[in-house]
Amino acid sequence: MAILVDECSRVLVQGITGREGAFHAARMRAAGTNLVAGVSPGKGGQTVEGAPVFDAVAPAVAATGADVAVLFVPARFARDALIEAADAGIRLVVCVTEGIPVRDMAEVTAHLSRRGALLVGPNGPGLITPGRCSAGIMPADVFTLGSVGLVSRSGTLTYEVVHELTQAGIGQSTVVGMGGDPIHGVGFLECLELFEADAETEAVVLIGEIGGQGEERAAAYVRDHVSKPVVAYIAGFGAPPGKRMGHAGAIVEGSSGTAAEKKAALEAAGIPVAPTPADVVPLLQAQLERRRSP
Amino acid sequence: MDLLEHRGKSLFAGAGLPVLPSRLACSPAEAQAAAVAIGLPVAVKAQVKTGGRGKAGGIRLCATADEVVAATADILAMNIRGHGVTCVLVEQAVAIARELYLAISCARTHRVPLLVFSAEGGVDIEEVARRKPGALVRTAVDPLLGLCDYQVRDVVAAAGLDGELAGPDGTPTKQALAGVVRALWRLYHESDATLCEINPLVVTAAGAVVCLDSKVTIDDNALFRHADLKAEAHAAKEDREARAHEAGLSFVALEGDIGVLGNGAGLVMSTIDQIAAAGGSAADFCDIGGGARADKVATALDVILSAGTARALLVSIFGGITRCDEVARGLVQVLGHRRVDVPVVVRLDGNAAAEGRTVLADAQILGLTVAAGATEAVRLAVAGAAAPAGAGALQAGPKTPRED
Repeated sequence: MAILVDECSRVLVQGITGREGAFHAARMRAAGTNLVAGVSPGKGGQTVEGAPVFDAVAPAVAATGADVAVLFVPARFARDALIEAADAGIRLVVCVTEGIPVRDMAEVTAHLSRRGALLVGPNGPGLITPGRCSAGIMPADVFTLGSVGLVSRSGTLTYEVVHELTQAGIGQSTVVGMGGDPIHGVGFLECLELFEADAETEAVVLIGEIGGQGEERAAAYVRDHVSKPVVAYIAGFGAPPGKRMGHAGAIVEGSSGTAAEKKAALEAAGIPVAPTPADVVPLLQAQLERRRSP
Repeated sequence: MDLLEHRGKSLFAGAGLPVLPSRLACSPAEAQAAAVAIGLPVAVKAQVKTGGRGKAGGIRLCATADEVVAATADILAMNIRGHGVTCVLVEQAVAIARELYLAISCARTHRVPLLVFSAEGGVDIEEVARRKPGALVRTAVDPLLGLCDYQVRDVVAAAGLDGELAGPDGTPTKQALAGVVRALWRLYHESDATLCEINPLVVTAAGAVVCLDSKVTIDDNALFRHADLKAEAHAAKEDREARAHEAGLSFVALEGDIGVLGNGAGLVMSTIDQIAAAGGSAADFCDIGGGARADKVATALDVILSAGTARALLVSIFGGITRCDEVARGLVQVLGHRRVDVPVVVRLDGNAAAEGRTVLADAQILGLTVAAGATEAVRLAVAGAAAPAGAGALQAGPKTPRED
């Protein structure tokens, strides 16, 4: 089970002949991913990491049955590559690219939802079901298979929290990096719904940051729809208003989107918020113990 | 990138939105010449990237040239919410019959542009929503379909304008308003804006519709499609931010005295929070991104230290794919050649962290302390910033099991 990807996922890499694409295709395969194809316009006929390279996504899907696409494409070409993947019938598109214009992403997300395709990213590390499928750029060594689901807006913080979890003997079912852009695909809500329904997930960790209302909406969703334990970490309490803190989406606008507001909303919904990334572990352990010994 | 009113209005004019004759002036003499050319009375308006300038006295109505000179001198001397004023917009004054509000912005939650119109401008939109819901239109624009005619009609209906009303050129006021709504959508879409706000959008006593203010934000990620705006964005950046940006770093100056750099936006934000929780205060946000390139680290150090406000430096690295020993070698390369006068604390965790700590320890760099984990690193940096200058290397405490 897990969510979104597992050993049955047939992964295609767009931009596989580029430096980043080739590097991460090799890492994904080493992490257990069933890499079935690559796409690079004009480079069809080659083989990269044992995968045949095609000029376009549609023939790659027809020949290999790929259902997940991971994009390593520069920002100005990302809109076209995302639409091509969805039009070829890809079920889940993972976009690592940073710096895609907001207008392009608004158009892409509208088009993908009409096609029924899911998007993870952009401007994020993708997702991983440890040992079974890595679709993106997460460092697989940090992860270990287990029963905690994690969804996050920040790459490095994800690795840090997962590292702590793994050190403490707590494995992960699936870890999703939703990306740091204001307009993105799958978010807290979608992942919470999937984790709640997933038999292999026992508890969920949310990692949020300043900007937008995603954490507040997640809090309300957990209160109304999630029976599994959820703990959270929020970054950006010290961020001044009006400044983008590295991620395009990490910005306090007026007095909206502050870390304090998000923490309050999560705690009001009964979700403990860890003061540091490392503190996620004891909070989660306490929640799991309470659940296991009612 | 936020645009000043006058720059937003030049985009407005280019998009066919009605604006009044105006000129930019950077001195009382220039303002006087502008007022004479435009014709009195005029409004003299501070050009600052912040709201609330009207309340702060940054907009003055002037009937004579002497008043223009005096008002401009006053406004150029102002500081509005931390923003100095370097120029004013001298704009034709107009008799206002009604104030409206119109804006298009990016609604993150719904992943679409959102058009908001209020028949009452200059007041809190949420208050209008409660008190007079019929006067408010909030409508999502489909990014693939664009603004539809029915949405424009909804706005015009909500405005409640007299059907007989027409401007000096004979254009019905309702028709003029519809034109403004369509033009603003075109501008928003074509210029890759994330905000286009007209507050107030006014109906003049003569029945014309005029954009009295402009607030425009352009998506930084889309500047590759807008060469002219890209050049302006670069020129407008604070010196340090511009240098950091050129080197591929994300940098934001903060008020405190502990310089911070790390790999990853979330990680750096988290480090800043932990510094505050430990009683310290960060001097900056600086994300060097992935990889271990020494030149990036060197630029980051220069940018952070050039302000002279940092009394300690905290380098926080979590190695994912990046190996900590490579980052450590980059740090040695930089710090081995460049004397840093403040205590430096380095925290390395994740991929090859132990090897990285060994590299740093072997290099024996004066004033550099390798912390055993994030918590200790923060504690040491806060203590270092509070210590008298030249106190030397910091004493690392005993390792706690969790940080080891």
